[in-house]
Amino acid sequence: MADLFFFLEVLIGGLLSGVLYSLVALGFVLIYKASGVFNFAQGAMVLLAGLTFVRLTQILGSEHPWDGMFVLALAITFAVMIALAFAVERVVLRPLVNQAQIIMFMATIGLTFFLEGAAQGVWGSQVHRLNLGVSELPIIIGDVLLPPLDLVAAAAAAAMVAGLAVFFSRTRIGRALRAVADDHQAALSVGIPLQSIWVVVWSVAGIVALFAGLVWGAKLGVQFSLTLVALKALPVLILGGFTSIPGAIIGGLIIGASEKLAEVFIGPLVGGAIENWFPYMLALVFLLFRPQGLFGEKIIKRV
Amino acid sequence: MLYREAGQFKTSYPADQAIFPIPQDRWSLAIVLVAAFAVVPMVANNYWLVSILIPFLVFSLAALGLNILTGYAGQVSLGTGGFMAVGAFAAYNLAVRLPQLNYIVDFALAGLIAAAVGVLFGLPSLRIKGFYLAVATLAAQFFIEWLFTRVPWFTNYSSSGVITAPKMQMFGFDLSDPVSRYLITLCIVTVLTLAAKNMVRSAVGRSWMAIRDMDIAAEIIGIRPLHTKLLAFAVSSFYCGVAGALWVFFYIGAVEPQAFDINRSFQVLFMVIIGGLGSVLGSFLGAGFIVFLPIALNNAAALFGGALQADTLSHLELIIFGGLIIFFLIVEPLGLARLWQIGKEKLRLWPFPH
Amino acid sequence: MTQPPRKIGGTLLKVDGISLAFGGVKALSDISFEIREHEILAIIGPNGAGKSSMLNVINGFYHPQQGAITYKGATRSQMRPHEAAAQGIARTFQNIALFRGMSTLDNIMTGRLLKMKTNFFMQALYWGPALKEEIAHREVVERIIDFLEIQSIRKTPVGRLPYGLQKRVELGRALAAEPELLLLDEPMAGMNVEEKEDMCRFILDVNDEFGTTIALIEHDMGVVMDISDRVVVLDYGRKIADGRPDQVRANQDVIDAYLGVGH
Repeated sequence: MADLFFFLEVLIGGLLSGVLYSLVALGFVLIYKASGVFNFAQGAMVLLAGLTFVRLTQILGSEHPWDGMFVLALAITFAVMIALAFAVERVVLRPLVNQAQIIMFMATIGLTFFLEGAAQGVWGSQVHRLNLGVSELPIIIGDVLLPPLDLVAAAAAAAMVAGLAVFFSRTRIGRALRAVADDHQAALSVGIPLQSIWVVVWSVAGIVALFAGLVWGAKLGVQFSLTLVALKALPVLILGGFTSIPGAIIGGLIIGASEKLAEVFIGPLVGGAIENWFPYMLALVFLLFRPQGLFGEKIIKRV
Repeated sequence: MLYREAGQFKTSYPADQAIFPIPQDRWSLAIVLVAAFAVVPMVANNYWLVSILIPFLVFSLAALGLNILTGYAGQVSLGTGGFMAVGAFAAYNLAVRLPQLNYIVDFALAGLIAAAVGVLFGLPSLRIKGFYLAVATLAAQFFIEWLFTRVPWFTNYSSSGVITAPKMQMFGFDLSDPVSRYLITLCIVTVLTLAAKNMVRSAVGRSWMAIRDMDIAAEIIGIRPLHTKLLAFAVSSFYCGVAGALWVFFYIGAVEPQAFDINRSFQVLFMVIIGGLGSVLGSFLGAGFIVFLPIALNNAAALFGGALQADTLSHLELIIFGGLIIFFLIVEPLGLARLWQIGKEKLRLWPFPH
Repeated sequence: MTQPPRKIGGTLLKVDGISLAFGGVKALSDISFEIREHEILAIIGPNGAGKSSMLNVINGFYHPQQGAITYKGATRSQMRPHEAAAQGIARTFQNIALFRGMSTLDNIMTGRLLKMKTNFFMQALYWGPALKEEIAHREVVERIIDFLEIQSIRKTPVGRLPYGLQKRVELGRALAAEPELLLLDEPMAGMNVEEKEDMCRFILDVNDEFGTTIALIEHDMGVVMDISDRVVVLDYGRKIADGRPDQVRANQDVIDAYLGVGH
């Protein structure tokens, strides 16, 4: 029985951290769907959002989580992420419109370095603690220990995904966005303003990054290693497919759970720390059998 | 008026297919080579040789390797650091375990081992493309890094996980002084560059570019996709592997696996982008740019009173790198090499702009 | 119809009962016809009739669910495109499929790749046999360049060329392989009259001088009637006629298909 509980604990821990991978992957999917840009800078955006927020709470003198200054800092960070979306559209995307995807991808690698340098240059590179006011005492169900922060994060992530789903399926801008995702030229020709769509998606991705930054920051401390979380989102995308929101969620859960299980149960046999590469290998093996991802459509070759 | 093609006619296909069909280009290359082989060793001090020129050459070789894979064959790789690590650790283990081998043989074998690993991780490229392949190469990067960190055999059971290159000797001569290290590196890089230039201008290079530009059409004219891609992975990893070996033996002397982490992969990728995808010259220009930029920044900072801390400076470097990447992609996606070529074309037509 | 009589030989390629579907969509159903040695065969039909799919089946790019193809006496149900190329089938594409980053010369040189025998290491040395081979093939390619009258754009990257010239370079690349069977997918689409005339002349010359068998898809009926020996008509993935141009022109099914009667 103890073994089973231990297994469950590892599994649930993995699933909960998977939720966070899903969140970062979600940011990727949003941008990829709307602009065909594979945004490597999503991780840097998480760092920028987390760092900006935590430094603002210090500067503004927030004393408790969710006091006035805390909320003000949140609002300012929010504004910063939206400003970033405008800047990226103006400076990076607009001049590169119609370039090959791979060029766009490399441009976002450039953006990543720029944001990492700028975020740390302005706010410093120390590690900051971030307290969201969630109790640290684990909740115990049966023999399974559950960290409340993870549960809160999971609940909030679920709410966020539901909100996005409504946004994209029910609102005018959501429809326009799906049109843009299908075909840039055609969308332009029926009068959809491409540029404002891009600003909207990058803003939403920025907000998703802020959210991920808060939760990861509360868990690991706000620091440079947050950007590495973005690299973990890549195998998630491979599993889920680059264009599928449910894929991002389920892919995140699979990666989160399997890497924890592998680390705990296989890791000791081969020297440990296999978390670092296990997700990539899993994704690689998966790719060989299903190149289009779990939810992607099968591609028909054409000439 | 110095750089002119007018009046030079090629009367045979061999003349037209020479590496540098224009005599002025041949002359400038000769001058660069003479300077690199003869003048530099006489005038450069140890700091220049060890901290600037050797890393520049090693990076150029790695960039050339990645450029073959990404620039010519169109397969994006984020695993360059991993392949360099394979070369470095293979050369180290060969040198330690088979001390009777000549170092040149060590390096060649290290390159071949890296090539084999490259082929292994290149296998998925038949089914997956673009970003998907980039992620697959990340698997190589992280797995290799982990392997060399976790399996003590590879570091010869060194307690710190650091490998230290044995003293360089060849044919009974001591070659550990900076000038010899520089010259051996230069020789190896020159030979491999010439080979790369030959590959990209002959049939194998054309099949790589065909796969890059339109893989479906390439297959229909009879190019075997898997074979061609794997050859690109093999050659690329060979170059990166040799670069990794040179890194340990001639540049740093002692490294841990983390010297070849994901950031190294990105660094080399930047060199290729800034220098020019699909250009041998671009690999050198890009490597030069990224090696010299931090030094130039440092000196510039010193000019302004040296008020900047190392921390700030490294952030500034990131900002400038990132900004430049975006700038280059917007202004000239084909990189420095393309700018150089445009300059030459202008010069050929000068003083008539049309 | 003033071409000199050419020797049209026996069957070079035979398509037998080919059916092809994508998911539930039937692209081709039960198509049979043959291509004879040294002839020019035109495949025509309204948009969406399955003409390009037919060519894709012949050179191994699509694998049909049913039917067989007999080429030079060997029957097969499927093969990879590079195998088809190795057996002497070359083609051009409806939407030009050139290697945009490479020069005209290099593009046509890729057509010679299957004929190049030196190995990779010799090429890395670029010396001895590799150099000799490179020059020998360069000479062949230069003859093709002369033939197609594209000397002046030899070193221009094809991405910068106008449409008509790109089509010509693509033909050059296919010719460089010295194919026995040349498949041309709308070689004259989007060309003006003068360019069409040039292209017709090249096609007839290729057929005449090298004896290359040609199967082409074309929409311009005038061109089809002028240059082809036989015509196969497809409509909605079915074959509705097969015969000499004048026979096909008189066929009631063909007239209906083109005028939209009877559906």
